Amino acid sequence: MALKVGDFKTDVHNDWCPGCGDFGIVNAIQMALAEMEIPRHQSAIFSGIGCSGKTSHFINVFGVHTLHGRVLTFAQGAKIANPNLEIIAVGGDGDGLGIGAGHFVAAGRRNVDMTYIIFDNAVYGLTKGQASPTLKLGEKTKSLPTPNTNYNVNPIGLAIASGFTFAARGYSYDIRQLKDLIIAAVKHKGLAFLDVLQPCPTYNDINTRDWFGGEDRIDEDTKKPMPRIYKLEDTDYDPVVHFSDETELNQKKTQALVKSMEWDSKIPTGIFYKNELITPYTRRLTDKIPNYVENPSALQKISKNNAPITNISQILDMYKV
Amino acid sequence: MTVDFTWMIGGPQGSGVETAANIFSQVYSKMGYQIFGKREYYSNIKGEHSYFAVRISDEKINSSIKGTNMLIAFDAETIFRHADDVLENGIIIYDSTLENMKVSDVITFEHDFKQRLQSLLNSKNKLDTVSGILELASENGVSVNSVSFRSLLTELSEKLENPRIKNMTRMFNVLGVSLSLGMLQIPSEKLTESINSIFSKKKSIAELNVSAANFAYNFASAKFENSQFNFPSKSITEETMLVQGHYGTSIGKIIAGCRFQSYYPITPATDESDFLERNEILQINEDRPGSTLVVQTEDEISAIGMAIGSSLTGTRSSTCTSGPGFSLMAESLSWAGINEIPLVITLYQRSGPSTGLPTRHGQDDMLFAINAGHGEFPRIVYASGNVSDSFYDTARVFNYADVYQVPVIHLLDKFIASSVSTCKKFDESKITINRGKLLDEIKSENYNRFEHTSDGISPRSKLGLENGIFWNTGDESDIHGHITEDPVVRVQMMDKRQSRLDHILENIPEDEQIIKHSDGEICIVSWGSAQGPIIDAIKMLQNDGIKIGFIEIKLLNPFPKNLLKKYLSDVKTIIDVEANYTGQLGSLIRQNLEMDPDYYILKFTGRPMTCTELYESIKKVVNNDAEKREVLTYGA
Repeated sequence: MALKVGDFKTDVHNDWCPGCGDFGIVNAIQMALAEMEIPRHQSAIFSGIGCSGKTSHFINVFGVHTLHGRVLTFAQGAKIANPNLEIIAVGGDGDGLGIGAGHFVAAGRRNVDMTYIIFDNAVYGLTKGQASPTLKLGEKTKSLPTPNTNYNVNPIGLAIASGFTFAARGYSYDIRQLKDLIIAAVKHKGLAFLDVLQPCPTYNDINTRDWFGGEDRIDEDTKKPMPRIYKLEDTDYDPVVHFSDETELNQKKTQALVKSMEWDSKIPTGIFYKNELITPYTRRLTDKIPNYVENPSALQKISKNNAPITNISQILDMYKV
Repeated sequence: MTVDFTWMIGGPQGSGVETAANIFSQVYSKMGYQIFGKREYYSNIKGEHSYFAVRISDEKINSSIKGTNMLIAFDAETIFRHADDVLENGIIIYDSTLENMKVSDVITFEHDFKQRLQSLLNSKNKLDTVSGILELASENGVSVNSVSFRSLLTELSEKLENPRIKNMTRMFNVLGVSLSLGMLQIPSEKLTESINSIFSKKKSIAELNVSAANFAYNFASAKFENSQFNFPSKSITEETMLVQGHYGTSIGKIIAGCRFQSYYPITPATDESDFLERNEILQINEDRPGSTLVVQTEDEISAIGMAIGSSLTGTRSSTCTSGPGFSLMAESLSWAGINEIPLVITLYQRSGPSTGLPTRHGQDDMLFAINAGHGEFPRIVYASGNVSDSFYDTARVFNYADVYQVPVIHLLDKFIASSVSTCKKFDESKITINRGKLLDEIKSENYNRFEHTSDGISPRSKLGLENGIFWNTGDESDIHGHITEDPVVRVQMMDKRQSRLDHILENIPEDEQIIKHSDGEICIVSWGSAQGPIIDAIKMLQNDGIKIGFIEIKLLNPFPKNLLKKYLSDVKTIIDVEANYTGQLGSLIRQNLEMDPDYYILKFTGRPMTCTELYESIKKVVNNDAEKREVLTYGA
């Protein structure tokens, strides 16, 4: 029986603010899971803390709502122990790029085959609108007492520098594109990062839906707003590293970095960088543990009738007097 | 006990002191002797002073003594630090080129130590040189023997016609141990056998070391008079192992079915993870090979996070750390508590606070282990007293974690970690595996992870199990695992979780909670690695006709207060013995039993207790001559 989007919804009351960008992301995740027909019990959503952290409760697959900044650690542990699981980790930009920045970088180095989505709105919503790591220097969103004194993190740039092998950006009001990006991220062989621009209607009065849509800049000729968002797939941009060659790799990384710095007048979405030539963590483990994928930790038998079945006699003999 | 002999070798870190001690320990264990060795070292890679004291006996021994019978030194610092500690009728073998070295020539001395040493030599009217302190040793009745290690190398080099050997000062360690074995007239084939086994992976190095060893051995047996120490060969009556401190928990994890370990490097915990990774592919009876995934993480926060994630898949999972790392795990520990996650945290304590004495011993973190993490949640804190116990205890703690669905903190320490000892071969047949209410299959479509049950423990699904979908959250949750702030559900869930503390006390067998080693009106109450020195001290007191009781508490949380009360009912005097400043077990006893131990014997120098100093302090208690708080300070 084919799975429908409705099968991935729970009846948990969603208490996000009306107009919150997060709704679009949850819908897109549910649509992507349905379209990929992943059996519900084979996938898990891991989430951090904050508004976005509640995501796992709204999706009807295994849901693990973890700690602030730590979502990647829990998610990687589960995926490494059972590589058959399809795992999507989600969290806010403060969660992943502030308190969790160390884990973000380390996860890139491992390249575990899973997806990480950051709900990026440049503020800490649930604690009432403090500046988050992606808020630009000098900006003063609604509830800040004074303008932001920190420079912003570039999520796409940081992901590429850290070793993520897939980096993309979505926009929560373009659910169709977002769904496609999630599917591409999940299918990517390696760690995929998806930065989703997600206006916070309550606390971010700068990067609003209208601002992204260009309502503040009307084309003199057409009298229509000129949207800031544009799609890389509508240009001749090619994010894929096609062969193992230093020049090719450097060129693809550099162009992605340059693209990731576009802001204000032109904001690109889509896939910035994709490299499947770097070995995923699974492969690195298989190199030393040949039957890792067929017989991972989670599937191994350790006892029979309550007695251990691991044979330690060789180990004990090494230390026998 | 007809043989009780302590041998010590010292030298700069990186000079092979440990290898020499391993050779010595292997030789004697092959001769049928019991070994207890301990290693002391600085937080340093190369150059600072390290030493290894190996005690051998014909009876089971569990600790070190005060002093040493034989000291091998190929650097001045070792002589300065330990010569005065050699017992009467003891032996020193040292490198003759060191004689004129002054205290001020040793750049690695701490200022305070230098001053203490100089004033000792001054007060005894000795020069502040190696010769000066050796003179002092000589006056203490010690036989002082000089050998030019350099000349030995030169002669060996000529004999083997290999000029490179002349400068191989890194073989001083092997020369040192071989000189002592030659002097002690130990069968030389045991020496060859041990060197070959230690260097088994590097054949050419083994050969060279065997030549050097035999050369030094023959030199010593020809040059020195037979010592008064005799070591008849003994028959080995039971299967024995020579084990390093971390073997118990490492091999215990393998047999218990731990298949995931995440860790961040920290002394003295890292050896365990290293062992697991070296043995990552496992032989499984009647099945394909298994494996332990060992993941080095970016920090301890990630280490515990990954272990929790892995545990959610039904994998027996653990992390291994020491105090500073465990501090970082506190928030996640609380998450594991509210989510009823089976998880083992192996905590090799060292001496704090903060970085403290990073390579030294301490039992400072018991109360922290009991209280770490915000909020109130059930956990088990369990302590092992020695390497062998830690093997069986490791299997137990994984069962506790699964059966009671709680995080378990397994307490060990640096004393255990850096000991080398003989013990009865680990017996696999004593290990059982109980995974509690972990489900392999769910038929019903109405599964709820946190369903209420009579014992508060719900059947447990795992990620990937059909019909077993669940949610977890660090928020308070309902039976599905969804967030709730409902006050009625809150009370139900707190009751559900906390009620298992009583359940744990009722269901863990009494002899796993507390071990009563011996009876006595004067009774020691202790925990963890203080066990070894206590057992040995009690034996020494027995020889004086004094009977002392000893109760070792293994289950520290939940605290087995009724059981302890029962065991203490006939006791007149209670002595709390532990390696910390405040007497942490004492405070648990005060809190739970509303009584204060009569005496505290404490040590917090960072060095483990010796049975000798413990014996002396207990004797003071027996003679009514002790302070309420006796503080032990022996050891360099």
